[in-house]
This record gives sequence, structure tokens and C-alpha cells, in this order.
Amino acid sequence: MSVSENKRRPRIATVWLAGCSGCHMSFLDLDEWLFELAKLADVVYSPVADVKEYPENVDAVLVEGAVANEDNLELIRKVRARTKAVVSFGDCAVTGNVTALRNPLGDPENVLKRAYIEEANTGGRIPSDHPLVPKLLPKVLPVHQVVKVDAFLWGCPPDAARIRAVLEKLLGVEKPAEVDAINPAAGQETAKTKDGE
Amino acid sequence: MTVTTLTINGELVSASPGASVLEAARENGVEIPTLCELEGISSAGACRLCLVEISGTPRLQPACVTAATEGMEVQTDSERLNRYRRMILELLFAERNHICPVCVANGHCELQSRAIENGMDHVRFSYQHPDLSVDITHERFGIDQDRCILCTRCVRVCDELEGAHTWDVAGRGTKSRVITDLNQPWGESDTCTSCAKCVEACPTGAIFRKGSSVGEMEHRRDRIRFIADARKKKEWSP
Repeated sequence: MSVSENKRRPRIATVWLAGCSGCHMSFLDLDEWLFELAKLADVVYSPVADVKEYPENVDAVLVEGAVANEDNLELIRKVRARTKAVVSFGDCAVTGNVTALRNPLGDPENVLKRAYIEEANTGGRIPSDHPLVPKLLPKVLPVHQVVKVDAFLWGCPPDAARIRAVLEKLLGVEKPAEVDAINPAAGQETAKTKDGE
Repeated sequence: MTVTTLTINGELVSASPGASVLEAARENGVEIPTLCELEGISSAGACRLCLVEISGTPRLQPACVTAATEGMEVQTDSERLNRYRRMILELLFAERNHICPVCVANGHCELQSRAIENGMDHVRFSYQHPDLSVDITHERFGIDQDRCILCTRCVRVCDELEGAHTWDVAGRGTKSRVITDLNQPWGESDTCTSCAKCVEACPTGAIFRKGSSVGEMEHRRDRIRFIADARKKKEWSP
């Protein structure tokens, strides 16, 4: 699934749907390797970069979070249409995880009532009457139940070594031995190699 | 009785008299993934993860409740078996609300471990998200139905080792639930001796010690085997 076969610099992105941003924090845990990443590829869209519109012709994207509201749905469809390789990044994207805890309550109205009226200490009010607040979908869905996903990087959050292993595989970085980036054992192997250097 | 000789994955092996296919495999160092099986109590064939191929029958058989017989040819590892095992794991995850990162058994869960070993990286089935209950009426323990996989270890260990039979299964199909006494709150159970064998036996975070936070619930599942041996063989030291 390497995206580096083309001649131009690879274009990668990261997207934040319904999640806590912990996966992006883990992405930032890549620390100094982020400089290496900047040499290997252009980061064309990310919550940590101020880009308003998801661009065309993206080679690979890490998608954090589940699909929980109409904004998430619109964005993930756009992302799928404009990206070669979509990676479900972290447990919310892969399973729904904590964001899907609302699903057993059923209708989003019940969820909003529970959160903003029943559990409110003072002056309960549902904020969804504001036009800027996106409408909740009937159910929180993992990304692969909405669009086709090419790889799954689970973990809450996935640790930096495994994120790096996936990115290196996507970017076709030469490795001493071919590792399966999705396998956690491979991530540990990567970490070991790094320490051994 | 004499030993049974059979073939496992092309190797001719011998098994103790009366051994199941699972025991025969273990005696010969062959690993078969299991979930509902627990050493020290009877086997139930509830989870189907230990399915194996046996020559002469098109149906897959659960190794834990299939007797090893003379001349039997068993295959424990194949693409087909791994496909079915993955499907079983995915169905278990889809059936109830398994939210690993906030579970008391995260990192000490047999369901989670089997999924990782199998290479299951996502669930292809629709999550059912049933609305299930948590019972924390017992003074020391709790049961969260969201995490129960209906392996029935609690039922068997309570009946066979403790002799209390507090636990049982009520309902059918997706409505099946483990219950205490006649579906009464656990804390009001007349039969429960609070021995904690069910707590130690549970493969997931379904039955837990109250006060455990995320990842803190470590079941001591080997205690069940120890208690069973102590009873049967009069072996009182671990």
C-alpha cells in the first residue's frame, strides 16, 4: 500500500472526527521524527495545521475518531473521495469506542436529554438549537462502516512507535526487515531498533 | 485403558486415555485458542473458538468437548479455521458493549488477547449496542453484562467447585443473560457464599472486584485449577 511510487512528494493528512484528540497527541509523541516526516512528505491537512478545506489528491490520511455527527459524515466522505489510502487511526475510528457509548441510549434526543437536562446541575438546556452545532447522527459509527478503509491502526491511543511504523510503510521507507505495521509486535520491534541505534 | 494414538497437524501423537482433542493437543505442545474452557472445571463448548478440522467429517468440531479417538486425524491450524475463529471473535465483540480502553480488565482480558493473537484488527459486523445492566448490589463484587460473553465459566465454577449454583443462564439467543439465583440482585442472593471463584474465573471484565479502576482487574484464573487439584488429588500447596 505504499504511496511513494509516484515521482512527486507524497501528500499526507490527518483528520479529527469524533474523538478526544488523544491520537493526535500520540502523533505529536513522534517528537524529533516529525522532522524526518517533514523531509519525506507534505502534511497538507491536519488539526495541527491551519488549513480550512480538505485538499484534492491526498496520498494517505490518518483518521482519528468515529463518525458521530453530520459534520463528521460530510468530512469523511470528502476525505475518502480525495485520498488514496485511508487509515482508521485509533480505537474511536476502528470501533466507535467511548464515543459510541451513547448508542445504547438510542435516539440522539435521549442522549442530549441525558447529558444536558437530566445530568445538568443548573439551568439545563440542549445546545442543538444553535445553527453552528452539527446534528448528531442516529448512531455513532466506526469509520469503516461509512467509507472504505485501507488499514486499521488500533489503540487508545496507538503509541508513537506504531504510528511511525504505519507511516513508514505508507511512505515506502526502506526498513531493515519488512514489518507488518498493523501488528503491535512489529511496533515494539521498531521501538527496539530505534533504541539500539 | 491404553493411550490413544492420533494424528495432529500431520504428526503422529499419543494422548492420555479419555483425553479430549484439546487435552491431546496440549499434551503434545500444540496450542489451540480457547475462551470458555478453564482448567479445573468441566468443558462446555460454549465459545466455539477451539474448533478443529477432523478428517471424515465436513463439520468443524470443538476440541474441548470432542474425545480424542484412535486413528483420528486432526487439523488445528488452517486458513479456514482462522477465518472462522476471527468471525467468532468479531461476533463476540459486536454482540455487547466491549469498550476496552475504559474496562477494568483492559490488558488482562482473554477476549482481547485472543483477538490480538488472531490478528483481528476491526469488526466487520454491525455493533448491536444493546442496553444492558450493571449489578453492584453485592458487597464486594459487581457484574457488568456489557462485557459478558456467555462463556458460562461463572456458572460452572460456582456449581462444580463451590457447590452453590448461584449463577445460571436465563433467556434465549441474544436475550441470554447470566443471572444470580432467580434473577435477583446479586447482593440479595441467599446462595452466594462470596467465595470469589466466579470473579477469578471470568475471562473478561464482566465480573469484577468493586473498586477496580481501568485495567486493574487481574483475575487469578489459575486459582481455579489449584482448588480443583487440591480437592481431587489432595494437593494443598501451590
